[in-house]
Amino acid sequence: MQITTTVNGRSFTGEVEPRMLLVHFLRDVLGLTGTNVGCDTTSCGACTIHLNGESVKSCTVLAVQADGKELTTIEGMATEAGLHPIQKAFQENHGLQCGYCTPGMVMAAASFLKENSKPTEREVREALEGNLCRCTGYHNIVKSVLAAAVALEGVVQ
Amino acid sequence: MTILETGSSERVTGKRLLRREDPELLTGEAKFVDDIVRQDALYMALLRSPMAHARIVAVDTAIAKHMPEVFAVMTGAELKSDWFAPMPCAWPVTGEMKNPPHYPVAADVVKYVGDIVAVVLASNKVAAIDALAAIDVKYEELPVIVDLEDALANKELVHPELGTNTSYVWKLEPDKSKVDQAFASAVHVVKSRYVQQRLLPSAMEPRGVLVVPQLYGSEYTIYSSTQIPHILKIMLSLTVGISEAKLRVIAPAVGGGFGSKLNVYSEEVLALTLARKFHRPVRWTEERSEGALATIHGRGQIQEIELAAEADGRLKAVRVNLIADMGGYLQLLTPGVPLLGGFLYHGLYDVPAYSFTCTGVFTNKTPTDAYRGAGRPEATFAIERSMDSLARKVGIDPAEIRRINFIPPEKFPYPSAPGLVFDSGNYLPNLEQGLEKVGYAQIRAQQQIKRSDGSKKHLGVGISCYVEMCGLAPSKVLGSLSYSAGGWESATIRILPTSKVQVVTGTAPHGQGHETSWSMIVADRLGISPDDIEVLHSDTAIAPYGLDTYGSRSLAVGGSAVYLATEKVLEKAKLIAAHHLEVAAEDLSYKDGSFAVKGSPDKVMLLSSVAFEAFTAHNLPEGLEPNLEATVTWDPPNFTFPFGTHIAVVEVDEETGETELLRYVSIDDVGNQINPMIVEGQIEGGIAQGVAQALFEEAIYDGSGNLLNTTFLEYLVPSASEFPSFELGNTVTPSPTNPLGAKGVGEAGCIASPPAVINAIVDALSVFGIEHIDMPASPEKVWSAIHLSGGNSR
Repeated sequence: MQITTTVNGRSFTGEVEPRMLLVHFLRDVLGLTGTNVGCDTTSCGACTIHLNGESVKSCTVLAVQADGKELTTIEGMATEAGLHPIQKAFQENHGLQCGYCTPGMVMAAASFLKENSKPTEREVREALEGNLCRCTGYHNIVKSVLAAAVALEGVVQ
Repeated sequence: MTILETGSSERVTGKRLLRREDPELLTGEAKFVDDIVRQDALYMALLRSPMAHARIVAVDTAIAKHMPEVFAVMTGAELKSDWFAPMPCAWPVTGEMKNPPHYPVAADVVKYVGDIVAVVLASNKVAAIDALAAIDVKYEELPVIVDLEDALANKELVHPELGTNTSYVWKLEPDKSKVDQAFASAVHVVKSRYVQQRLLPSAMEPRGVLVVPQLYGSEYTIYSSTQIPHILKIMLSLTVGISEAKLRVIAPAVGGGFGSKLNVYSEEVLALTLARKFHRPVRWTEERSEGALATIHGRGQIQEIELAAEADGRLKAVRVNLIADMGGYLQLLTPGVPLLGGFLYHGLYDVPAYSFTCTGVFTNKTPTDAYRGAGRPEATFAIERSMDSLARKVGIDPAEIRRINFIPPEKFPYPSAPGLVFDSGNYLPNLEQGLEKVGYAQIRAQQQIKRSDGSKKHLGVGISCYVEMCGLAPSKVLGSLSYSAGGWESATIRILPTSKVQVVTGTAPHGQGHETSWSMIVADRLGISPDDIEVLHSDTAIAPYGLDTYGSRSLAVGGSAVYLATEKVLEKAKLIAAHHLEVAAEDLSYKDGSFAVKGSPDKVMLLSSVAFEAFTAHNLPEGLEPNLEATVTWDPPNFTFPFGTHIAVVEVDEETGETELLRYVSIDDVGNQINPMIVEGQIEGGIAQGVAQALFEEAIYDGSGNLLNTTFLEYLVPSASEFPSFELGNTVTPSPTNPLGAKGVGEAGCIASPPAVINAIVDALSVFGIEHIDMPASPEKVWSAIHLSGGNSR
């Protein structure tokens, strides 16, 4: 099937198999390998991206469902000016170790902070329930997201 | 020896330097194995046995072979002549250990659900997986043995040709009569049985391998999601039968390991074997639910521990009898894992008599092997749970039973009854700091109030003190334990002509931040910026020697090698500087990147000038080789013994059985810290993994050998919402056995936390007379225990 989609600001039109998952489209067709696959049951959140500005697990969306939509992946977060404030907060607060869950965590956090710009610690913990990390014990991920919330205040999202 | 002669006027070590590893991981630039594109690679898919024990009667691959995009379909019988040697086990713990040969694809009999029975190669993943469904296998069922004690009793046999399920019996009993006598004369004897449930390690990146053969040359590049590129290269050579000189192993970005990637797996051997057979690149990426069967499991032990104590609670002896579940076959280190705990069942207590026996037993389940802590979490759990039982028996507080039994500081270096020498320790101030931080007295008071108020939510506090042996390891000691490798680590340092520094390490980080920490060690000694130092690793063509990353060894052993290589290259630089400044080398001092003549501070030569002189080699001292390069292989003289106190505060709901972890305090002593930010990250992650064992995780098998929870929907890796923020503190007791004074930190949290949590739950439930809850302490187990208890006695 033919789809047209915008990924990180660039337009793509092409054929995809009806059964192709969005995450495989991003990784195998577009070569955007920053989005990772960590499970096969929509549990781990490593593949989280933004579809029309909202976070989705791209392993549970078909590529054809992205037709006519705008996608942002982890590759679309940093700019020439440097890391996105959320990425920066993750580095400054040691919110990652092996880094495999990190792209999904950053994308989930970005979407959450748009909905709730001044979250409590408990709210952050509950918002990230769909994203698993095995390295950090979440301690510094939560700190990172809280720090990012502060850094983003005044930044127009 | 303690840290760290520094050539810097402002020390870098000890600072919270941000990680240089992060930008590429944060932006998706980093390449994990599955991110490496090879359009011409054949995708390998594996048909796995759904039977736990069965004879393979027939495998029909005819339909699968003719499916579109399918390149080849092979059975174990067809691949028999392709094997060079069985899968490796590097730790034959006794001379008599039984290790039945094990090949990547089963030809005749499968031994566990997940054993590979056929292989598909296709031009893409979808086609390969589709073809698996078209393979028809006829099995003849054989008797299955799942329960560990039934297996020990040989009710059925996993490997009938052995005549027994026992792989080995390993005993550590330096003085049996002393132990017997201690128990005979003890006032208190505490005997307990604990189950260490099987765990799925669950690194977030599934395993993967890509083998790229040269079409006209004869070399193979193996990209693997592994913790052990160096060991893997040696083992692949010995197992597949390709000259080690023709193999290059690269561990690119690796998404966590926790021991599960400290192995040599069938898929790695198979991918290399098939790349050789067909002269094509071959790749495989694990599915999560496939990995639950195919990647090693952790723990899987039944522990029987007895303490003998005086009237006041002072320990006289510890006796342990362990049954360890090997699974269907022995993987790389399977039999040795329980032994790593076998020396530590007396914890950090001064115990004069000791006996430990471990029986390794086969079952029809996925093989077990090293999982974060490997033997030491199990040992710590047994002794720390037992210490609480002893305190109850003696009638003193759990903190007090620990205080009176600690090895006193003046006894270090402490020769332990099992035969180790603990390097350094000062346990009491560490415990007191933990009690103070958590507010132990206040919590006890609060607990009393809640109890007398008749609350149905029960407050509990649990203490766990731990010591571990890490910094694996002195090679001679490993030799005496029949381990088939050494424990050294290698480092090379090069000061390049532009004065930038290249460090090559034999460690293989997969989240631990070695690039950052190693650069800090070198920066401090050379008095230059860490930004001028690059750290190379995890590619056997770049770092030819190494023993990789596991066992909390990398800083104590690999970091020490880096430090000593820096010292060595500085010695050479000094000879060149002395030559140019026309003084004797001993008349020079070194600081902040330059040599100066003692007493004449204006006579200086910059390290950068020395490096350029060493490169041009126009004017070097007679007989000195050009270039500034040094290599050191460091073999540690002893293990290191980090220790600490972890305290959990929980609230258990009597009506639902649910446990909420309210607070978690840890005071860890890992010796000198290079980067406290990284140290704390390691501890926090370890705590969460241990709490997960205590509360949530268990690989559950049914009686037919089916693993019932193969996905993250059923296997409960906890999320952020299950935890509070952790409250960390530390004490610093440097290790005297390495030049950094470092002890190691990778496994500490995971070792300490399970007994802290269970002690807290049992403390909360003590009003019901409950003395133990098996892990994981699920709401169902807790609720059942409360309802079987006969009610609240308060």
